[in-house]
Amino acid sequence: MFEIFGIPSQALFGQLLLGLINGSFYALLSLGLAVIFGMLNIINFAHGAQYMMGAFAAYLLLQYLGLNYWLALVIAPIVIGAIGIVIERLFLQHLRKLDPLYGLLLTFGLALVIEGLFRNAYGSSGQPYQVPPALQGGRNLGFMFLPNYRAWVIALSVVVCFATWFAIERTRLGSYLRAATENPVLVRAFGINVPRMVTLTYGFGVALAALAGVMAAPIYNVSPQMGSDLIIVVFAVVVIGGMGSIMGAILTGFALGIVEGLTKVFYPEASNTVIFVIMAIVLLIRPAGLFGRRA
Amino acid sequence: MAAALDRSADKYGRKSGRSLAVAFAVMVALFAIGPFVAYPIFLMKALCFALFACAFNLLIGYVGLASFGHALFFGWASYVTAYAAKTWGFSPELAIIAGVAAAAVLGLVVGSLAIRRQGIYFAMITLALSQMMYFFALQAKFTGGEDGIQGVPRGRLFGVFDLSDEMTMYVFVVVVVLAGFLLIYRIINSPFGEVLKAIRENEQRAISLGYAIDRYKLVAFVLSATLSGLAGSLKALVFQLASLTDVHWTMSGDVLLMTLLGGLGTVFGPVVGAFLVVAMQNYLAPFGQWVLVIQGAVFVVCVLAFRRGIVGEIARLLRVAL
Repeated sequence: MFEIFGIPSQALFGQLLLGLINGSFYALLSLGLAVIFGMLNIINFAHGAQYMMGAFAAYLLLQYLGLNYWLALVIAPIVIGAIGIVIERLFLQHLRKLDPLYGLLLTFGLALVIEGLFRNAYGSSGQPYQVPPALQGGRNLGFMFLPNYRAWVIALSVVVCFATWFAIERTRLGSYLRAATENPVLVRAFGINVPRMVTLTYGFGVALAALAGVMAAPIYNVSPQMGSDLIIVVFAVVVIGGMGSIMGAILTGFALGIVEGLTKVFYPEASNTVIFVIMAIVLLIRPAGLFGRRA
Repeated sequence: MAAALDRSADKYGRKSGRSLAVAFAVMVALFAIGPFVAYPIFLMKALCFALFACAFNLLIGYVGLASFGHALFFGWASYVTAYAAKTWGFSPELAIIAGVAAAAVLGLVVGSLAIRRQGIYFAMITLALSQMMYFFALQAKFTGGEDGIQGVPRGRLFGVFDLSDEMTMYVFVVVVVLAGFLLIYRIINSPFGEVLKAIRENEQRAISLGYAIDRYKLVAFVLSATLSGLAGSLKALVFQLASLTDVHWTMSGDVLLMTLLGGLGTVFGPVVGAFLVVAMQNYLAPFGQWVLVIQGAVFVVCVLAFRRGIVGEIARLLRVAL
């Protein structure tokens, strides 16, 4: 036990850890938003609702089918991602030639519908979800206590984020994807099915949100409104980072989580608003965002 | 955005003046007989939202800027008005002026940040800033946190008219809302309004013609925020309450829905949309969360099949501007 700037190390590192956890979710969600935006030119307002659906999927799988956390971690993203694909086919594909604003409005409407349906079915109070047995408990690192589940969330999030980055920036499929973002007509002329790629990209982005939801279920309560407040913060993260780069989205997500955690230690009253304040400052100094390219 | 917006006012030329005058007369007549067929408090609520939606439409419909954070101006103006009337004992007209001034200042600050980015970034920035001010409202002492500011006195207007009388209040609300409506109409048909429409249609072209578009956007933003504040201040007096609901992002969603349903960029659309949405929320209230589901579904239908909105569709069928 020692002190840093008059703050006990336990409190400081504890909040840093919490910040890193939040940052994991910011990174996963802003990454999904960036991937979807790159391909569809749509800001997916339903991202928060889809994250919430992921958490509920984990809860329902356990409650009604007795399937544990590890299975939910695989099944929920697939199921919710499939729902995303249906949404793209039913609604979003009709908006391709319109102003991107209509995509925002439509997904906003979808978010309301989804949240309303879940509130009808499960009320507004949260449902608890147990940490899986294998990850219960924690270890003492000497300067702080590290719960196993939290360490797992951070590790998994880092792995998923970098795997996504690798897939998009360093593989052949990713290069098709980036080419189709730049010039869809030309890529189609090479015999690549761009509309299918768009659909699958949306499904993948939604699956990322659902995965984040499953990971969040044991940490936060599973509740219908868990996504809507989070998504607004993630929007601010996206504005700060700029959506030009995948790596930018990931790094900004983690960094802002840590900043938020530190704010909780030094000036708790501002912890809710610090990200928005940073957004305002970034807009003043570098309007295109930290990693953005000027449009 | 621009493609779906109704440009019939330019297309149908002089004929549009007459149709607008007729529609305005019908609207005033409906406001006049309203309190004899419906609850005044319900009508006053719808009127406040009608003004709010018209102010919002000034930005989304005529400049093509979609704000997702207009609850910020509506809600904070209503807080300031409620606080001024209750704690400082301001007369209603001064309390409203205080609320509107607060909204104008907030509009200047938020607007100058938000217009640095376009399109969907603009929407996300306004949403984020309004969420920030929501948290301030939640934590600040003077807003009363979860309780809000309750029991706001309506007072005597100019020291003469007793606003605690429901009919007097109704007449006051109608007069203010109509004044706001006519002011917005005047703005969009002024040379300034023509420049706004030019920015909406083709921003690059407007820049190349030498217009300082950032300044035009900022002025439009501040005007929209100020008039939204006027609506919020009125609402605080009507309900004698200012609460967190008014600053929450769902309020920004509501006003967006009203404008979209009525018709983006139409003169009367926001009024029609406001009455429909308020009526829907009123009659569906017993069904709890279904309101959210239905509102969301209306959004989806409007975007997919109905982008002109109700008034926009009627105007197209009748080949007039409304």
